[in-house]
Amino acid sequence: MKHLLLTAKADISESLRSRWFLIYTLVFGGVVVALFISGLTESRVMGFTGLSRLLVTYLQITMAILPLFVLITTVRSVAGDREAGIFEYMLSLPVSLSSWFWGKLAGRFLVVFLPVILALFGAVVWGKLKGVEIPWAQVTLYTAFLISLAWCFLGIGMFISTVARSSDVATGAAFIVWLFLLLFLDLILLGVLIREGLPPETVIAIALANPLQVFRTGSMLLFDPQLVLLGPAAYVILDNFGEKGYLAWSILYPLALGTLFAWLGFRLFRKGDLP
Amino acid sequence: MPMIELSRVTKKFRRQEVLKGIDLTLEEGDRVALVGSNGAGKTTLIRCLLGEYRCGGHVRVDGREPRAHRTEVLRRVGFVPQISPPLKMPVGQLVHFAAGVCDSSPDRMFEVAERLGLDARKIRRQPFNKLSGGMKQKLLIAVALGRECKLLVLDEPAANLDPEARHRFFQLLAERKEKAAMIISSHRLDEVASLVNRVVEMDQGRVVLDDQVADDVSMTAMLRSRIELARPSDAFARAAREWGFEESEEGRVWEGRVAGPDRLRFLGVVSRYAALLKGIELREQGGVHAE
Repeated sequence: MKHLLLTAKADISESLRSRWFLIYTLVFGGVVVALFISGLTESRVMGFTGLSRLLVTYLQITMAILPLFVLITTVRSVAGDREAGIFEYMLSLPVSLSSWFWGKLAGRFLVVFLPVILALFGAVVWGKLKGVEIPWAQVTLYTAFLISLAWCFLGIGMFISTVARSSDVATGAAFIVWLFLLLFLDLILLGVLIREGLPPETVIAIALANPLQVFRTGSMLLFDPQLVLLGPAAYVILDNFGEKGYLAWSILYPLALGTLFAWLGFRLFRKGDLP
Repeated sequence: MPMIELSRVTKKFRRQEVLKGIDLTLEEGDRVALVGSNGAGKTTLIRCLLGEYRCGGHVRVDGREPRAHRTEVLRRVGFVPQISPPLKMPVGQLVHFAAGVCDSSPDRMFEVAERLGLDARKIRRQPFNKLSGGMKQKLLIAVALGRECKLLVLDEPAANLDPEARHRFFQLLAERKEKAAMIISSHRLDEVASLVNRVVEMDQGRVVLDDQVADDVSMTAMLRSRIELARPSDAFARAAREWGFEESEEGRVWEGRVAGPDRLRFLGVVSRYAALLKGIELREQGGVHAE
Protein backbone atom coordinates (compact mmCIF):
# COMPACT_ATOMS: atom_id res chain seq x y z
CA MET A 1 0.00 0.00 0.00
CA LYS A 2 2.90 2.33 0.81
CA HIS A 3 4.39 1.73 -2.64
CA LEU A 4 1.04 2.34 -4.32
CA LEU A 5 0.64 5.66 -2.50
CA LEU A 6 4.21 6.69 -3.33
CA THR A 7 3.63 5.90 -7.02
CA ALA A 8 0.29 7.75 -7.03
CA LYS A 9 1.91 10.76 -5.35
CA ALA A 10 4.76 10.78 -7.88
CA ASP A 11 2.30 10.61 -10.78
CA ILE A 12 0.14 13.39 -9.35
CA SER A 13 3.17 15.70 -8.93
CA GLU A 14 4.36 14.82 -12.44
CA SER A 15 0.94 15.67 -13.93
CA LEU A 16 0.57 18.87 -11.94
CA ARG A 17 3.87 20.10 -13.36
CA SER A 18 2.98 19.27 -16.94
CA ARG A 19 1.57 21.65 -19.52
CA TRP A 20 -1.33 19.41 -20.48
CA PHE A 21 -2.74 19.67 -16.96
CA LEU A 22 -2.68 23.46 -17.10
CA ILE A 23 -4.51 23.45 -20.44
CA TYR A 24 -6.93 20.80 -19.19
CA THR A 25 -7.78 22.83 -16.08
CA LEU A 26 -8.15 26.03 -18.08
CA VAL A 27 -10.49 24.31 -20.55
CA PHE A 28 -12.91 23.03 -17.90
CA GLY A 29 -12.69 26.15 -15.74
CA GLY A 30 -13.07 28.24 -18.88
CA VAL A 31 -16.16 26.33 -20.02
CA VAL A 32 -17.98 27.05 -16.74
CA VAL A 33 -16.93 30.70 -16.73
CA ALA A 34 -18.00 31.04 -20.38
CA LEU A 35 -21.37 29.48 -19.60
CA PHE A 36 -21.95 31.97 -16.76
CA ILE A 37 -20.77 34.92 -18.80
CA SER A 38 -23.05 33.96 -21.67
CA GLY A 39 -25.98 34.38 -19.26
CA LEU A 40 -27.08 30.78 -19.55
CA THR A 41 -28.49 30.68 -16.02
CA GLU A 42 -30.81 33.58 -16.77
CA SER A 43 -32.11 32.20 -20.08
CA ARG A 44 -34.97 29.78 -20.49
CA VAL A 45 -34.85 27.16 -23.24
CA MET A 46 -37.03 24.03 -23.43
CA GLY A 47 -38.16 24.59 -19.86
CA PHE A 48 -34.69 24.65 -18.30
CA THR A 49 -33.71 27.59 -16.20
CA GLY A 50 -31.03 28.43 -13.69
CA LEU A 51 -28.26 26.07 -12.74
CA SER A 52 -29.85 22.92 -14.17
CA ARG A 53 -29.55 24.37 -17.69
CA LEU A 54 -25.94 25.26 -17.08
CA LEU A 55 -25.20 21.78 -15.72
CA VAL A 56 -26.84 20.05 -18.70
CA THR A 57 -24.77 22.14 -21.12
CA TYR A 58 -21.61 21.57 -19.06
CA LEU A 59 -22.16 17.81 -19.06
CA GLN A 60 -22.68 17.72 -22.84
CA ILE A 61 -19.47 19.66 -23.40
CA THR A 62 -17.62 17.46 -20.89
CA MET A 63 -18.77 14.35 -22.71
CA ALA A 64 -17.07 15.57 -25.86
CA ILE A 65 -13.81 16.81 -24.30
CA LEU A 66 -13.11 14.69 -21.22
CA PRO A 67 -12.66 11.28 -22.91
CA LEU A 68 -10.29 12.68 -25.53
CA PHE A 69 -8.21 14.53 -22.95
CA VAL A 70 -8.03 11.50 -20.67
CA LEU A 71 -7.15 9.12 -23.49
CA ILE A 72 -4.51 11.25 -25.19
CA THR A 73 -2.72 12.43 -22.04
CA THR A 74 -2.74 8.99 -20.43
CA VAL A 75 -1.42 7.11 -23.44
CA ARG A 76 1.17 9.78 -24.22
CA SER A 77 2.58 9.89 -20.73
CA VAL A 78 2.60 6.14 -20.04
CA ALA A 79 3.80 4.97 -23.46
CA GLY A 80 6.09 8.02 -23.63
CA ASP A 81 7.67 7.15 -20.27
CA ARG A 82 8.36 3.65 -21.51
CA GLU A 83 9.83 4.94 -24.76
CA ALA A 84 12.05 7.48 -22.99
CA GLY A 85 13.57 4.83 -20.72
CA ILE A 86 11.91 6.02 -17.52
CA PHE A 87 10.41 2.57 -16.92
CA GLU A 88 13.84 0.95 -17.15
CA TYR A 89 15.05 2.96 -14.19
CA MET A 90 11.90 3.34 -12.09
CA LEU A 91 11.06 -0.35 -12.39
CA SER A 92 14.56 -1.33 -11.31
CA LEU A 93 13.53 -0.04 -7.88
CA PRO A 94 11.78 -2.57 -5.63
CA VAL A 95 8.25 -1.42 -6.31
CA SER A 96 5.75 -4.15 -7.12
CA LEU A 97 4.17 -4.09 -10.57
CA SER A 98 0.66 -3.93 -9.11
CA SER A 99 1.59 -0.93 -6.92
CA TRP A 100 3.19 0.77 -9.92
CA PHE A 101 0.29 0.19 -12.33
CA TRP A 102 -2.62 0.83 -9.96
CA GLY A 103 -0.76 3.67 -8.23
CA LYS A 104 -0.28 5.40 -11.58
CA LEU A 105 -3.96 4.81 -12.40
CA ALA A 106 -5.12 6.18 -9.03
CA GLY A 107 -2.89 9.25 -9.26
CA ARG A 108 -4.00 10.00 -12.78
CA PHE A 109 -7.65 9.51 -11.88
CA LEU A 110 -7.41 12.18 -9.21
CA VAL A 111 -5.65 14.53 -11.61
CA VAL A 112 -8.16 14.15 -14.45
CA PHE A 113 -11.19 14.15 -12.19
CA LEU A 114 -10.37 17.08 -9.91
CA PRO A 115 -10.48 19.98 -12.45
CA VAL A 116 -13.77 18.68 -13.89
CA ILE A 117 -15.41 18.33 -10.51
CA LEU A 118 -13.92 21.59 -9.22
CA ALA A 119 -15.41 23.39 -12.22
CA LEU A 120 -18.77 21.75 -11.49
CA PHE A 121 -18.66 22.77 -7.84
CA GLY A 122 -17.39 26.18 -8.84
CA ALA A 123 -20.60 26.56 -10.82
CA VAL A 124 -22.62 25.44 -7.80
CA VAL A 125 -20.89 27.94 -5.50
CA TRP A 126 -21.32 30.73 -8.03
CA GLY A 127 -24.99 29.80 -8.43
CA LYS A 128 -25.44 29.86 -4.66
CA LEU A 129 -23.84 33.30 -4.44
CA LYS A 130 -26.18 34.54 -7.17
CA GLY A 131 -29.17 33.14 -5.31
CA VAL A 132 -29.97 30.48 -7.89
CA GLU A 133 -31.68 27.32 -6.62
CA ILE A 134 -29.25 24.38 -6.49
CA PRO A 135 -30.57 21.04 -7.85
CA TRP A 136 -28.60 18.90 -5.37
CA ALA A 137 -29.89 15.53 -6.61
CA GLN A 138 -28.73 16.41 -10.14
CA VAL A 139 -25.36 17.69 -8.90
CA THR A 140 -24.76 14.45 -6.97
CA LEU A 141 -25.72 12.22 -9.90
CA TYR A 142 -23.70 14.31 -12.37
CA THR A 143 -20.69 13.91 -10.07
CA ALA A 144 -21.20 10.15 -10.10
CA PHE A 145 -21.50 10.17 -13.93
CA LEU A 146 -18.29 12.16 -14.23
CA ILE A 147 -16.41 9.80 -11.89
CA SER A 148 -17.67 6.89 -13.92
CA LEU A 149 -16.79 8.44 -17.31
CA ALA A 150 -13.31 9.55 -16.23
CA TRP A 151 -12.55 6.09 -14.77
CA CYS A 152 -13.84 4.34 -17.90
CA PHE A 153 -11.58 6.25 -20.28
CA LEU A 154 -8.65 6.09 -17.91
CA GLY A 155 -8.95 2.29 -17.90
CA ILE A 156 -9.14 2.24 -21.70
CA GLY A 157 -6.16 4.64 -21.85
CA MET A 158 -4.04 2.44 -19.59
CA PHE A 159 -4.95 -0.59 -21.71
CA ILE A 160 -3.91 1.16 -24.94
CA SER A 161 -0.66 2.33 -23.29
CA THR A 162 0.21 -1.25 -22.39
CA VAL A 163 -0.57 -2.67 -25.81
CA ALA A 164 1.05 0.07 -27.94
CA ARG A 165 4.84 0.04 -27.83
CA SER A 166 5.32 3.65 -28.94
CA SER A 167 3.64 6.88 -27.92
CA ASP A 168 2.77 7.71 -31.54
CA VAL A 169 0.92 4.43 -32.04
CA ALA A 170 -0.76 4.85 -28.64
CA THR A 171 -1.93 8.37 -29.48
CA GLY A 172 -3.28 7.23 -32.85
CA ALA A 173 -5.10 4.30 -31.26
CA ALA A 174 -6.59 6.52 -28.54
CA PHE A 175 -7.88 8.96 -31.12
CA ILE A 176 -9.45 6.16 -33.18
CA VAL A 177 -11.17 4.73 -30.09
CA TRP A 178 -12.60 8.14 -29.24
CA LEU A 179 -13.72 8.72 -32.83
CA PHE A 180 -15.28 5.26 -33.01
CA LEU A 181 -17.31 5.82 -29.83
CA LEU A 182 -18.31 9.27 -31.01
CA LEU A 183 -19.54 7.84 -34.32
CA PHE A 184 -21.78 5.44 -32.47
CA LEU A 185 -23.68 8.23 -30.73
CA ASP A 186 -27.39 8.28 -31.50
CA LEU A 187 -27.32 11.26 -33.79
CA ILE A 188 -24.80 10.00 -36.28
CA LEU A 189 -24.28 6.39 -37.08
CA LEU A 190 -27.21 4.86 -35.24
CA GLY A 191 -29.64 6.71 -37.51
CA VAL A 192 -27.82 5.35 -40.53
CA LEU A 193 -27.89 1.80 -39.13
CA ILE A 194 -31.65 1.95 -38.64
CA ARG A 195 -32.10 3.31 -42.15
CA GLU A 196 -30.05 0.41 -43.49
CA GLY A 197 -32.48 -2.03 -41.89
CA LEU A 198 -30.58 -3.18 -38.80
CA PRO A 199 -33.03 -4.38 -36.06
CA PRO A 200 -33.71 -1.54 -33.58
CA GLU A 201 -32.81 -3.86 -30.67
CA THR A 202 -29.30 -4.32 -32.09
CA VAL A 203 -28.90 -0.58 -32.56
CA ILE A 204 -30.07 0.07 -29.00
CA ALA A 205 -27.73 -2.64 -27.71
CA ILE A 206 -24.87 -0.87 -29.48
CA ALA A 207 -25.93 2.39 -27.86
CA LEU A 208 -26.13 0.74 -24.45
CA ALA A 209 -22.62 -0.65 -24.87
CA ASN A 210 -21.14 2.74 -25.81
CA PRO A 211 -20.01 4.46 -22.59
CA LEU A 212 -20.35 7.89 -24.22
CA GLN A 213 -23.97 7.19 -25.19
CA VAL A 214 -24.70 5.69 -21.76
CA PHE A 215 -23.35 8.85 -20.12
CA ARG A 216 -25.37 11.01 -22.50
CA THR A 217 -28.65 9.13 -22.03
CA GLY A 218 -28.10 9.00 -18.25
CA SER A 219 -27.63 12.76 -18.05
CA MET A 220 -30.69 13.27 -20.30
CA LEU A 221 -32.76 11.07 -18.01
CA LEU A 222 -32.19 13.49 -15.15
CA PHE A 223 -34.00 16.37 -16.77
CA ASP A 224 -36.23 14.33 -19.12
CA PRO A 225 -37.48 11.29 -17.14
CA GLN A 226 -39.59 10.01 -20.09
CA LEU A 227 -36.64 10.41 -22.50
CA VAL A 228 -38.89 12.22 -24.95
CA LEU A 229 -35.79 13.67 -26.61
CA LEU A 230 -34.53 10.20 -27.44
CA GLY A 231 -37.57 9.08 -29.46
CA PRO A 232 -38.76 5.45 -29.70
CA ALA A 233 -35.54 4.07 -28.22
CA ALA A 234 -36.78 5.41 -24.90
CA TYR A 235 -39.41 2.63 -24.74
CA VAL A 236 -36.80 -0.11 -24.94
CA ILE A 237 -34.62 1.57 -22.34
CA LEU A 238 -37.41 2.39 -19.88
CA ASP A 239 -39.20 -0.95 -20.36
CA ASN A 240 -36.05 -2.97 -19.73
CA PHE A 241 -34.29 -0.81 -17.13
CA GLY A 242 -36.76 1.60 -15.60
CA GLU A 243 -35.59 5.08 -14.65
CA LYS A 244 -33.58 4.09 -11.57
CA GLY A 245 -32.23 1.00 -13.25
CA TYR A 246 -30.88 3.03 -16.14
CA LEU A 247 -29.34 5.62 -13.82
CA ALA A 248 -27.57 2.76 -12.03
CA TRP A 249 -26.46 1.36 -15.42
CA SER A 250 -25.13 4.79 -16.43
CA ILE A 251 -22.89 4.85 -13.37
CA LEU A 252 -21.95 1.19 -12.96
CA TYR A 253 -21.42 0.13 -16.59
CA PRO A 254 -18.66 2.68 -17.45
CA LEU A 255 -17.04 1.96 -14.07
CA ALA A 256 -17.06 -1.77 -14.81
CA LEU A 257 -15.82 -1.25 -18.38
CA GLY A 258 -12.94 0.97 -17.20
CA THR A 259 -12.02 -1.54 -14.52
CA LEU A 260 -12.12 -4.40 -17.04
CA PHE A 261 -9.81 -2.58 -19.48
CA ALA A 262 -7.46 -1.49 -16.68
CA TRP A 263 -7.32 -5.07 -15.40
CA LEU A 264 -6.62 -6.41 -18.91
CA GLY A 265 -3.94 -3.74 -19.28
CA PHE A 266 -2.39 -4.79 -15.99
CA ARG A 267 -2.39 -8.47 -17.02
CA LEU A 268 -0.55 -7.60 -20.24
CA PHE A 269 1.81 -5.22 -18.44
CA ARG A 270 2.71 -7.92 -15.90
CA LYS A 271 3.14 -10.57 -18.58
CA GLY A 272 5.29 -8.67 -21.06
CA ASP A 273 8.67 -6.96 -21.16
CA LEU A 274 8.57 -3.84 -19.02
CA PRO A 275 10.83 -1.23 -20.68
CA MET B 1 24.17 -20.22 -2.64
CA PRO B 2 25.49 -18.22 -5.66
CA MET B 3 24.55 -14.56 -5.83
CA ILE B 4 23.61 -14.90 -9.49
CA GLU B 5 22.85 -18.07 -11.39
CA LEU B 6 22.10 -17.93 -15.10
CA SER B 7 21.53 -21.14 -16.96
CA ARG B 8 20.84 -21.36 -20.71
CA VAL B 9 19.32 -17.87 -20.71
CA THR B 10 17.84 -16.85 -24.05
CA LYS B 11 16.01 -13.76 -25.19
CA LYS B 12 14.36 -13.10 -28.52
CA PHE B 13 12.88 -9.89 -29.92
CA ARG B 14 10.57 -11.07 -32.65
CA ARG B 15 12.89 -13.16 -34.81
CA GLN B 16 16.15 -11.73 -33.54
CA GLU B 17 17.85 -13.80 -30.84
CA VAL B 18 19.75 -11.38 -28.62
CA LEU B 19 20.84 -13.80 -25.89
CA LYS B 20 21.83 -17.26 -27.10
CA GLY B 21 22.05 -19.49 -24.05
CA ILE B 22 24.02 -17.63 -21.40
CA ASP B 23 25.50 -19.68 -18.54
CA LEU B 24 27.03 -17.65 -15.75
CA THR B 25 27.44 -17.91 -12.00
CA LEU B 26 28.52 -15.11 -9.67
CA GLU B 27 29.45 -15.64 -6.06
CA GLU B 28 29.47 -13.07 -3.27
CA GLY B 29 32.58 -10.94 -3.57
CA ASP B 30 32.78 -11.33 -7.34
CA ARG B 31 33.36 -8.05 -9.12
CA VAL B 32 32.67 -8.69 -12.76
CA ALA B 33 33.45 -6.47 -15.72
CA LEU B 34 30.77 -7.20 -18.30
CA VAL B 35 32.35 -6.05 -21.51
CA GLY B 36 31.50 -6.27 -25.17
CA SER B 37 30.80 -4.09 -28.16
CA ASN B 38 27.47 -2.39 -28.77
CA GLY B 39 24.76 -4.95 -29.46
CA ALA B 40 26.62 -7.75 -27.67
CA GLY B 41 23.65 -8.28 -25.31
CA LYS B 42 24.97 -6.66 -22.10
CA THR B 43 21.97 -4.40 -21.47
CA THR B 44 19.51 -7.18 -22.34
CA LEU B 45 21.26 -9.50 -19.89
CA ILE B 46 21.08 -6.83 -17.18
CA ARG B 47 17.38 -6.30 -17.87
CA CYS B 48 16.77 -10.06 -17.54
CA LEU B 49 18.61 -9.99 -14.21
CA LEU B 50 16.45 -7.10 -13.00
CA GLY B 51 13.30 -8.97 -14.03
CA GLU B 52 12.41 -6.33 -16.61
CA TYR B 53 12.49 -8.78 -19.50
CA ARG B 54 10.89 -12.18 -19.74
CA CYS B 55 13.47 -14.65 -20.98
CA GLY B 56 14.05 -18.32 -21.59
CA GLY B 57 16.22 -20.48 -19.34
CA HIS B 58 16.84 -20.08 -15.68
CA VAL B 59 17.65 -16.83 -13.82
CA ARG B 60 18.19 -16.69 -10.06
CA VAL B 61 19.35 -13.74 -7.96
CA ASP B 62 20.19 -14.75 -4.40
CA GLY B 63 18.13 -17.90 -4.97
CA ARG B 64 15.04 -16.12 -6.27
CA GLU B 65 13.53 -15.74 -9.72
CA PRO B 66 13.54 -11.96 -10.42
CA ARG B 67 10.19 -11.80 -12.18
CA ALA B 68 8.23 -13.90 -9.70
CA HIS B 69 9.88 -12.36 -6.61
CA ARG B 70 10.38 -8.88 -7.99
CA THR B 71 10.39 -6.76 -4.85
CA GLU B 72 12.46 -9.24 -2.79
CA VAL B 73 15.08 -9.45 -5.55
CA LEU B 74 15.22 -5.74 -6.35
CA ARG B 75 15.50 -4.87 -2.66
CA ARG B 76 18.89 -6.59 -2.86
CA VAL B 77 20.00 -4.88 -6.08
CA GLY B 78 21.40 -1.37 -6.59
CA PHE B 79 21.25 -0.33 -10.24
CA VAL B 80 22.85 2.57 -12.10
CA PRO B 81 21.74 2.82 -15.74
CA GLN B 82 24.01 3.85 -18.59
CA ILE B 83 21.63 6.56 -19.80
CA SER B 84 19.99 8.69 -17.16
CA PRO B 85 16.19 8.59 -17.38
CA PRO B 86 14.64 11.92 -18.49
CA LEU B 87 12.70 12.25 -15.24
CA LYS B 88 11.01 15.60 -14.73
CA MET B 89 10.50 15.05 -11.01
CA PRO B 90 12.57 17.23 -8.66
CA VAL B 91 15.71 15.74 -7.15
CA GLY B 92 14.22 15.72 -3.64
CA GLN B 93 11.15 13.83 -4.79
CA LEU B 94 13.21 11.23 -6.63
CA VAL B 95 15.33 10.63 -3.54
CA HIS B 96 12.28 10.40 -1.28
CA PHE B 97 10.51 8.04 -3.70
CA ALA B 98 13.56 5.78 -4.03
CA ALA B 99 14.21 5.80 -0.27
CA GLY B 100 10.53 5.04 0.36
CA VAL B 101 10.37 1.99 -1.90
CA CYS B 102 13.85 0.75 -0.88
CA ASP B 103 13.18 1.06 2.88
CA SER B 104 16.16 3.37 3.20
CA SER B 105 16.36 6.97 4.36
CA PRO B 106 16.68 10.02 2.11
CA ASP B 107 19.43 11.32 4.40
CA ARG B 108 21.58 8.31 3.64
CA MET B 109 21.22 8.92 -0.09
CA PHE B 110 21.94 12.64 0.33
CA GLU B 111 25.09 11.75 2.28
CA VAL B 112 26.39 9.48 -0.51
CA ALA B 113 25.69 12.25 -3.02
CA GLU B 114 27.62 14.65 -0.83
CA ARG B 115 30.58 12.29 -0.73
CA LEU B 116 30.54 12.31 -4.53
CA GLY B 117 30.68 16.09 -4.43
CA LEU B 118 26.99 16.78 -5.08
CA ASP B 119 24.97 18.80 -2.59
CA ALA B 120 21.67 17.18 -3.50
CA ARG B 121 19.79 18.92 -0.68
CA LYS B 122 20.63 22.27 -2.23
CA ILE B 123 19.23 21.24 -5.62
CA ARG B 124 16.29 19.24 -4.26
CA ARG B 125 13.76 21.45 -6.05
CA GLN B 126 15.48 21.24 -9.43
CA PRO B 127 13.98 18.86 -12.01
CA PHE B 128 16.22 15.83 -12.46
CA ASN B 129 16.30 16.21 -16.26
CA LYS B 130 17.70 19.74 -15.96
CA LEU B 131 20.85 18.57 -14.16
CA SER B 132 24.16 18.12 -15.97
CA GLY B 133 25.23 14.63 -17.05
CA GLY B 134 27.70 14.36 -14.17
CA MET B 135 25.16 15.51 -11.56
CA LYS B 136 22.58 13.00 -12.80
CA GLN B 137 25.14 10.21 -12.64
CA LYS B 138 26.17 11.16 -9.09
CA LEU B 139 22.56 11.21 -7.95
CA LEU B 140 21.78 7.81 -9.49
CA ILE B 141 24.90 6.37 -7.84
CA ALA B 142 23.77 7.91 -4.54
CA VAL B 143 20.36 6.25 -4.89
CA ALA B 144 21.99 2.88 -5.67
CA LEU B 145 24.60 3.05 -2.89
CA GLY B 146 22.51 4.84 -0.29
CA ARG B 147 20.86 1.63 0.83
CA GLU B 148 21.61 -1.93 1.80
CA CYS B 149 22.10 -4.21 -1.20
CA LYS B 150 23.89 -7.46 -1.98
CA LEU B 151 24.35 -6.89 -5.70
CA LEU B 152 25.38 -3.77 -7.55
CA VAL B 153 24.61 -3.58 -11.27
CA LEU B 154 26.39 -0.61 -12.77
CA ASP B 155 26.07 0.18 -16.46
CA GLU B 156 28.97 2.51 -17.45
CA PRO B 157 28.66 4.13 -14.03
CA ALA B 158 31.63 6.50 -14.10
CA ALA B 159 31.35 7.66 -17.71
CA ASN B 160 30.21 11.20 -16.84
CA LEU B 161 32.22 11.70 -13.65
CA ASP B 162 35.18 14.02 -13.26
CA PRO B 163 38.44 12.48 -11.90
CA GLU B 164 37.81 13.59 -8.32
CA ALA B 165 34.26 12.20 -8.32
CA ARG B 166 35.59 8.99 -9.90
CA HIS B 167 38.06 8.61 -7.04
CA ARG B 168 35.33 9.09 -4.46
CA PHE B 169 33.10 6.66 -6.35
CA PHE B 170 35.88 4.04 -6.26
CA GLN B 171 36.18 4.62 -2.50
CA LEU B 172 32.46 4.01 -2.10
CA LEU B 173 32.71 0.80 -4.14
CA ALA B 174 35.68 -0.32 -2.03
CA GLU B 175 33.51 0.00 1.10
CA ARG B 176 31.01 -2.40 -0.50
CA LYS B 177 33.66 -4.79 -1.82
CA GLU B 178 33.25 -7.44 0.85
CA LYS B 179 29.50 -7.10 1.26
CA ALA B 180 28.20 -7.05 -2.31
CA ALA B 181 28.78 -8.70 -5.66
CA MET B 182 29.19 -6.25 -8.55
CA ILE B 183 28.54 -6.29 -12.25
CA ILE B 184 30.11 -3.33 -13.99
CA SER B 185 29.14 -3.11 -17.62
CA SER B 186 31.24 -1.26 -20.14
CA HIS B 187 32.12 -1.51 -23.79
CA ARG B 188 35.76 -0.74 -22.89
CA LEU B 189 37.72 -2.95 -20.54
CA ASP B 190 40.26 -0.23 -19.65
CA GLU B 191 37.43 1.82 -18.09
CA VAL B 192 36.68 -0.82 -15.48
CA ALA B 193 39.62 -3.26 -15.44
CA SER B 194 41.07 -2.03 -12.15
CA LEU B 195 37.73 -2.28 -10.33
CA VAL B 196 37.11 -5.97 -10.93
CA ASN B 197 38.45 -9.41 -10.22
CA ARG B 198 36.75 -11.13 -13.13
CA VAL B 199 36.04 -10.30 -16.76
CA VAL B 200 33.11 -11.62 -18.75
CA GLU B 201 33.10 -10.69 -22.40
CA MET B 202 29.99 -10.97 -24.51
CA ASP B 203 29.71 -11.04 -28.26
CA GLN B 204 26.53 -11.47 -30.30
CA GLY B 205 24.54 -12.81 -27.38
CA ARG B 206 27.13 -15.29 -26.12
CA VAL B 207 29.75 -15.30 -23.38
CA VAL B 208 33.03 -15.58 -25.26
CA LEU B 209 35.42 -15.02 -22.36
CA ASP B 210 35.13 -15.60 -18.63
CA ASP B 211 38.41 -15.07 -16.82
CA GLN B 212 39.79 -14.02 -13.45
CA VAL B 213 41.98 -10.91 -13.29
CA ALA B 214 44.56 -9.88 -10.72
CA ASP B 215 42.97 -7.38 -8.37
CA ASP B 216 46.09 -6.13 -6.62
CA VAL B 217 45.09 -2.54 -7.28
CA SER B 218 43.61 -0.98 -4.21
CA MET B 219 40.33 0.71 -5.08
CA THR B 220 41.08 3.54 -2.68
CA ALA B 221 44.73 4.11 -3.70
CA MET B 222 45.96 7.42 -5.08
CA LEU B 223 48.95 7.86 -7.41
CA ARG B 224 51.05 10.98 -7.57
CA SER B 225 52.04 11.73 -11.12
CA ARG B 226 54.63 14.00 -12.74
CA ILE B 227 54.81 14.39 -16.49
CA GLU B 228 57.56 16.21 -18.33
CA LEU B 229 57.01 17.32 -21.92
CA ALA B 230 59.55 18.18 -24.60
CA ARG B 231 57.58 21.35 -25.30
CA PRO B 232 54.33 22.93 -24.09
CA SER B 233 51.16 21.73 -25.86
CA ASP B 234 47.69 23.29 -25.71
CA ALA B 235 45.97 19.98 -26.44
CA PHE B 236 47.86 18.23 -23.65
CA ALA B 237 47.16 21.14 -21.31
CA ARG B 238 43.42 20.75 -21.88
CA ALA B 239 43.54 17.00 -21.21
CA ALA B 240 45.75 17.43 -18.13
CA ARG B 241 43.48 20.11 -16.64
CA GLU B 242 40.51 17.75 -16.98
CA TRP B 243 42.41 15.41 -14.67
CA GLY B 244 43.05 18.27 -12.24
CA PHE B 245 46.77 18.56 -13.05
CA GLU B 246 48.70 21.76 -12.46
CA GLU B 247 51.45 23.13 -14.68
CA SER B 248 54.88 24.54 -13.97
CA GLU B 249 57.93 25.53 -16.00
CA GLU B 250 55.74 27.22 -18.63
CA GLY B 251 53.62 24.17 -19.34
CA ARG B 252 56.49 21.71 -19.72
CA VAL B 253 55.90 19.99 -16.37
CA TRP B 254 52.53 18.81 -15.10
CA GLU B 255 51.75 17.37 -11.66
CA GLY B 256 48.63 15.89 -10.16
CA ARG B 257 46.93 12.87 -8.63
CA VAL B 258 45.29 9.87 -10.28
CA ALA B 259 42.93 7.42 -8.56
CA GLY B 260 44.49 3.92 -8.44
CA PRO B 261 41.78 2.16 -10.45
CA ASP B 262 41.98 4.96 -13.03
CA ARG B 263 45.64 4.36 -13.90
CA LEU B 264 44.96 2.45 -17.11
CA ARG B 265 42.49 5.03 -18.30
CA PHE B 266 44.96 7.82 -17.43
CA LEU B 267 47.80 6.12 -19.29
CA GLY B 268 45.45 5.74 -22.25
CA VAL B 269 44.95 9.51 -22.33
CA VAL B 270 48.68 10.20 -21.92
CA SER B 271 49.56 7.74 -24.69
CA ARG B 272 47.90 10.10 -27.18
CA TYR B 273 50.77 12.53 -26.52
CA ALA B 274 53.57 9.92 -26.43
CA ALA B 275 55.68 11.86 -28.94
CA LEU B 276 55.78 14.85 -26.57
CA LEU B 277 56.76 12.88 -23.48
CA LYS B 278 60.17 13.42 -21.97
CA GLY B 279 59.43 11.73 -18.69
CA ILE B 280 56.52 10.19 -16.78
CA GLU B 281 56.30 9.11 -13.18
CA LEU B 282 53.45 7.48 -11.29
CA ARG B 283 53.99 6.82 -7.59
CA GLU B 284 51.50 5.37 -5.16
CA GLN B 285 51.10 7.83 -2.33
CA GLY B 286 52.68 6.59 0.85
CA GLY B 287 55.95 5.82 -0.83
CA VAL B 288 55.19 2.53 -2.59
CA HIS B 289 56.61 2.60 -6.08
CA ALA B 290 53.87 1.77 -8.54
CA GLU B 291 55.12 2.35 -12.02
